[in-house]
Parts: sequence; structure tokens; C-alpha cells
Amino acid sequence: MTSTETAPRTRTPILEARKLVKTYGRVVGLDGVGLQLFPGEVLAIIGDNGAGKSTLVKCLTGAEVPDTGELLLDGRPITFKRPQDARAAGIETVYQNLAVSPALDVASNLFLGREERRSGILGSVFRMLDVKGMRAKAEKELTELGISTLQDVTVPVENLSGGQRQAVAVARAAAFGSKVVVLDEPTAALGVRESNQVLELVKALRDRGIPVIIISHNMPQVFAVADRIHIQRLGKCAATITPQSHSMTEAVAIMTGAQTA
Amino acid sequence: MTDAAPKTGSVDLAEEFLDRTTPATRIRGILHRHPAISPALVLVVAIIVFGLLNDRFLRPENLSLITQQVAVVGTLAIAQTLVILTAGIDLSVGAIMILAAMVMAQTASTSGLPPVLCLLLGLVVGIAAGALNGLLVTRLKLPPFIVTLGTLSIFTAVTLLYTGGTTVRGAEIPPLLTFTGTTFTIGGISLTAGVVIMLLLYVVMAYVLNRTAWGRHVYAVGDDKEAARLAGISVNRVLFSVYLAAGAIIAITAWIQIGRTNAASPNSGLDLNLDSITAVVIGGTSLFGGRGAIWGTLLGALIVGVFRNGLALAGLDVLYQTLAVGVLIIVAVAVDQWIRKARS
Repeated sequence: MTSTETAPRTRTPILEARKLVKTYGRVVGLDGVGLQLFPGEVLAIIGDNGAGKSTLVKCLTGAEVPDTGELLLDGRPITFKRPQDARAAGIETVYQNLAVSPALDVASNLFLGREERRSGILGSVFRMLDVKGMRAKAEKELTELGISTLQDVTVPVENLSGGQRQAVAVARAAAFGSKVVVLDEPTAALGVRESNQVLELVKALRDRGIPVIIISHNMPQVFAVADRIHIQRLGKCAATITPQSHSMTEAVAIMTGAQTA
Repeated sequence: MTDAAPKTGSVDLAEEFLDRTTPATRIRGILHRHPAISPALVLVVAIIVFGLLNDRFLRPENLSLITQQVAVVGTLAIAQTLVILTAGIDLSVGAIMILAAMVMAQTASTSGLPPVLCLLLGLVVGIAAGALNGLLVTRLKLPPFIVTLGTLSIFTAVTLLYTGGTTVRGAEIPPLLTFTGTTFTIGGISLTAGVVIMLLLYVVMAYVLNRTAWGRHVYAVGDDKEAARLAGISVNRVLFSVYLAAGAIIAITAWIQIGRTNAASPNSGLDLNLDSITAVVIGGTSLFGGRGAIWGTLLGALIVGVFRNGLALAGLDVLYQTLAVGVLIIVAVAVDQWIRKARS
């Protein structure tokens, strides 16, 4: 683990933002923000309300188009006009409001919007879904992510706990060869135990080599899971620290402007 | 994972406490996963009770009469189910059906076009009417209730302007258009072609809703529009296609209606709107969208038919049939509310 913490600086970032600027009328949301995400790391973004962390993430995931600045994916410039563009490029986002379809079962939710059809004439002409195949793949995916509590993929999502629902959303984000997973306050609606399940899941994603960007207000969670921490303040990146280099108190001080890195 | 192990003992207790189930919640869970069970039970009980009340009720000729009476509402209710599954409602299904029926019958009796073309013309009119509803819902973002309340008046007025209020009699209508009324007998029960078409449509829609991606998307859109959108589903495309499909099904219903009544009248079937909603609701499909089964709608239509027929055979006034249907609706929605609590 220690090697990956020092090594990133020599490698190409998977996702990089350079000098992003985003204004809303006279309000400056982002004022020249840069960000680098390296393979196999968890990057946390923290900041006070209005510091621009949501705007930053929206620009990274195609929900907002920055006024100026550039995005690079695997070192190549890329622009997202819609969230679907970012998704197509391999950036999956999990939202805090548990964006799953309650009445559909776990497997259907994992494959929602990219269902797989049966092979041959049943699939091409009669458009028949490969329900068995999708269920088998869903089980495999959940096992690989270590989500042991979710083995029955035929259960409707509405029968699951909040943490399990979030696990489904995270599994969906990770399931389709995605390059980057972005989690927007994934534990905001969850209890302590459920939050821990989601954090375990974040570590499982990292261990599979998928870099994760996580936005959170919860300092203990951030320090427990992040490799590096990007601190937003007043539309700018105030500092990028690691849990080893700074304490939680120092991070909060930088966030509020009481201290500089 | 390993360092989490010591915690599990106390945590499991908490989970058992939360997951505590009573027989009532378990029944609710089952009904929640299989929305067609409760209407099926109601139908079986109703058939037994009415059978005991009157010997004639279970005779083949009476049962086939019920199916024939149910064919029009039952088919119309397929279209209504699609719309209600997306958390919408279509108040214009009856008006569209009458418009399509009048176009079919009037062109066939006066223009001299081949009957097949007249049938297709009616189909086009039905789909176009559905497209108008779909456009208003997806482009102007108006609530389906308001859109279809408006188009209900529009289509009714267009029908009366087009026909001048006159009925086309059976004698003026070519056999192809009244084909849906032809009867044949299987095992003592005589069925009309219209009943068979209705059943075929149910089979097709059950397949489409349960076995294709489009069906999943219909449920997902009705369940949680925002979640569906974030999952990459084009919500507007799904909604629009639902209204198109509804229009096509309504046009087929128009054909069944012509065969059933052996005429096409601009003034008949105005209460079919509410009857179709009644069938869907009694069939266990939730008015809040995303939950329900197409077979439940067939059961719902049959329940209404059985109640009306059974109460008539029991010698009760028509008003009591209407009263019974009203009670059924309220009970069905109350049960649905209770079942939906299984979510939380």
C-alpha cells in the first residue's frame, strides 16, 4: 500500500481536470480548479458548503459543462455535454439519494438501462431478456465485491436496507468495466453500520484497481478510506493532503481557512 | 472484513429486531411481490358465491356471455394498464376508441375503400391520438391527467363533428369489421373472435412487459422517474412509446366494439374510460405506478363482469351493480395502500 501512495505522481492520471472555471451569473462556483485521479486510489473531496465540491464533481461527471478548462481521461482531452457522455466514457456516478428502482429486483437494477438479450432469434427478433444470464452475472459481481448479504438477486430492492440499496448502486457503477467511480455523499442517508458497509465496498473497488472519487462531510470516514484528500475552499483547491501528512483537525482548519497547507 | 467480525454479534440482534415479521407483514410481502394474487382470490370467491346464489350463473352460456361482455373493457384496460404503470392515467381511452371505431365504420360504409384499408385507417387514427397524448405529456411536461382530460373533450368533439352524431348500422358495415363478433364454440362455451383477440393481446403484453427491456423500463419509469433517468433510460422515449402502444391497442378495441355491438355509434361507450380504470385498479395495479401485473387487469375486468352479471341474475337492480363496483374500487385501492406499506 505504501508504494501506491508515493508512486502516483510519476504515473499518468486516469482522470485529470485542469483549471476548471464555472460561473453561475456573478457567482463563481469554480475558480481554476485542478484535480488528478491516479489508478487504484481513493480520492476524497471535502469542503464547506458552497466551496465548489458539488460543482467540481458535476463538471467531472457531465452534469455541468465548465466554462473554461479541460478534462483529460487517460491523458486524452475529453468533453462531456451530458451525464450519459461521462457514463459512456467509463465514469460512473452513485448519487446520495439511492438512485435505484425500488420495485425491480437486484439483478434488474444492476442491468437497468443496459439489459442483455438472449442469443439467436429469441433475442434479435423477440427481444427476449436473458434473465438467467443477468442473474448469474449479478451474483458473480456481488460476490467479487464481497457483498455477501445480497446473495438473492431476485429480491426487490425495496425490501433491502439503505446500506444494501447503496451497495446495489455501487455494484452497478462498478459492474460495467468502468474506469472511475464517483460517489456523491454515499453515506449521507445511512446509519453507522450501513456506512461502514459502503466504505468496505469503496476499499473493495480500489483493490480491484478502480479509482474512486468520494465526496463526504464525514471526516472520520474520509480519513478511514481516502488515499489523498482534495480540499476545496472558496471555489479553489486549497490543498491536497493525505491522511498521513495531516490530522483531521488540520484538514478542517484548511477547509475553513484557519490554516494553510 | 475480518476486523468487522467482533461487531457482528450485537449487530445481528439489532437486525433481527428490525426484521421482525408478523403473519400480516409476511402476507403483505407476498401480495406485494405478486400483485395478481388478491384479484384472483376475489374472482374465485365471487364465482363460488354467485354460483351458489343462482344455478344459472355457472352455465356455459352465461359464462360465455360474461366473457363477451368483458372483451371490450378488458382490451381497453390493457392500454390503460400500460399508462398507469408509468404513474400516469389516460382519461381519453374511451374517446379514442369511439373515434377510431367511427373512422373504421364510416369510411367502410361510405367511401368504398377496401375494408382492410378502413381497418388500418382506424389503427392509424388510434396511434395518432396516442401520439398526441404522448407528445403533450413528454414535450409540454403536462400531467397525464390534465392532458387526457383535455384530449377526452377534443376527441369526443372531433368524433361528433366527423359523424354528425349519426350511428353506422351493422347492415352498412362490411363483414371484416364485424368479424370480431363472430362466435364459435369450444367445449360448450361459445367465444367470439373479439374475446380471442383480447386474450392474445394479454399474452403478447405479458411477454413484452416481463421479458423485454422495454417492459422493465416501463416499470422503472413508473417506479422512480429520476432513478430511471440516472440509470440511463430515456424516460421521454419510454413514455411516448407507451402512449403510442396504448393508441394501437385502443384501435384494436374499437374493432372488437364494432363486432360486439354490430354497429358504430358516436354516443355509446362513454363510460368505458372509468370502466377501464376500474379494471386496472381492481386488478391490483397501483395508481402510483411501477407496480402491477397485466394478468391482474384481466382478472379485474372479469371481476367487474362477474359482479354485474351475478347481481343481475340475483334479481338486483342495475343501481346495485354500480354500487358494488364502487365498493370494489375503494376496497382495491385501500388494499393497495396497505400492501405498499411493505416497502418501508
